[in-house]
Amino acid sequence: MRRTIIYSLLMLFAILCLVPIIWLVASAFKANADFQVFAFAPPVDRLTLANFFSLFRQMPFMRFMMNSFFVAGVTVIVQLFFSSLGGFALAKYAFAGKKVIMGVMLATMMIPGPVLLAPMYELIYHLRLVDTHLGLIVPGMVNVFGMFLFRQSMLSVPDEMLQAARIDGCNEFQIFWHVVLPVSRPIIGAFCLIAFMGTWNSFLWPQIILQSSDRFTLPIGLNQMVGVYEADYGALMSGTLLAVLPVVVLFFLLQKEFIAGLTKGAVKG
Amino acid sequence: MQLKSARTAPYLFLAPFVISFLIFGAYPIIRSMILSLYITSGPEAQHFVGLDNYLHLLQDPDFWTAVRNTATFAIGSVALQLPISLGLAILLNRPDIRARNVFRFIFFSPNLMGLVFSALLFTLILAPKFGLLNAGLHALFGLSATTRWLSTPELVMPALIMVALWLYTGFNMVYFLAALQSVDTELYEAATIDGAGRWSQFWHVTLPGIKPVLIFVVVLSTIGSFQLFELAYLLLGNSSGPDQAGLTIVMYLYQNGFLGGDLGYAAAIGWTLAGMVLILSMIQLRITGTGQEES
Repeated sequence: MRRTIIYSLLMLFAILCLVPIIWLVASAFKANADFQVFAFAPPVDRLTLANFFSLFRQMPFMRFMMNSFFVAGVTVIVQLFFSSLGGFALAKYAFAGKKVIMGVMLATMMIPGPVLLAPMYELIYHLRLVDTHLGLIVPGMVNVFGMFLFRQSMLSVPDEMLQAARIDGCNEFQIFWHVVLPVSRPIIGAFCLIAFMGTWNSFLWPQIILQSSDRFTLPIGLNQMVGVYEADYGALMSGTLLAVLPVVVLFFLLQKEFIAGLTKGAVKG
Repeated sequence: MQLKSARTAPYLFLAPFVISFLIFGAYPIIRSMILSLYITSGPEAQHFVGLDNYLHLLQDPDFWTAVRNTATFAIGSVALQLPISLGLAILLNRPDIRARNVFRFIFFSPNLMGLVFSALLFTLILAPKFGLLNAGLHALFGLSATTRWLSTPELVMPALIMVALWLYTGFNMVYFLAALQSVDTELYEAATIDGAGRWSQFWHVTLPGIKPVLIFVVVLSTIGSFQLFELAYLLLGNSSGPDQAGLTIVMYLYQNGFLGGDLGYAAAIGWTLAGMVLILSMIQLRITGTGQEES
């Protein structure tokens, strides 16, 4: 009896979570005429790809997609390299100034991002990076959260391993590259997914920096469709569906590492 | 040679962070303080006004509307999200629950959509005539099928809170579930032997066991809620909704700084926001007794 109630509650919430997503998929394939009357999903024989064609006609959607991939890809790779390198230094070396650096890192995480919008725009303006993808990538080259994540995970790499590599003639960077990074694969997977999702969904900063439509990323590009008179919901939903697919694919590839990485900082095992 | 390299290596490895921090962290923070003392018109024209921006802000009715809206959102979403996500985590953590990972994945799935694309999806779900929400409420409870969620001032914030609830409940649940799983099961056994009931176990074993994570989630949710922008902006546009019902602090910052060009006023709004967030977090930490001796 009690178990039935618990399962019902869980099922209820699961349905609430899934219904909007199923509706997104259904709406992406729904004919325009079927939007005028409410139907959860149209009959199977009326499903259509028309929304996707309409989307591609209305905006350079693939261009937005490429821009998003470029910005997110470069950001993740650069952040991965610098954050893991910094995390490694904090985890495996004793040196003067370490406490100061970690304090500064914590402090930067405490400051709400919007405080920096105005001076950051001014800076990017003077660097002549307004309306460029570099203007999106450069300010976020180092991910402080990522440095903490890597430090936490690399603390558990045994010192003997590093020492053995030193005796074999590795220099410090080679130790990082050939010894520490390979054993950090799970946390690399988690970090890539977290960083990718963050950049993929980034809206406010690109909205400030980007001006020409051929440089828009997906969030900025798709938002142009909202609020126009007679919004073409079918096209908007098909675009939204295509936009979330890369994240879903990446999630399934990296799922295991992700949940572990997400909770690593918060919970001591 | 080897020794020397091991001594300089950490500094080299941290150099990217330090350089990046100096240029894109330390400098903007200082510059932001200075900027908040100026009235500007774009990045080129600036006029020193001292603390006038802050004084003006205190008397700016639009700013206080934004503060009120943002606080409503923060209180509403934290008060709803946390109990629900904790409740779900407790249910999922019961030893007799099967398919735990399937449920966890489903609860987490809205997060895969992400903030921006969820907002785009909800522009259709909240649509008055053929939106999913009205149709669902009509079919289940016989409510009006023509409720205009985003054009009725009183309904704007409830609508945003609802979207945030859908988006973040599962995310918080993942944290809570991980925390619950790390509570020592022997403590429960001991409590059962001592004759503790379910409530008593919850208060004396579960809550203390997950307290650090609970506080972490509460503080982060509050800080995040006070920076509400994307959801409101994507659903309501530049106009910030009917009667400014969807105007948030960060949206007001954006409007002043980047639509109006007054970067100085935007910086002042930013620091006021930072001050409010700092005070709130300190109050939360004080109430929960974090950092003090645990008994």
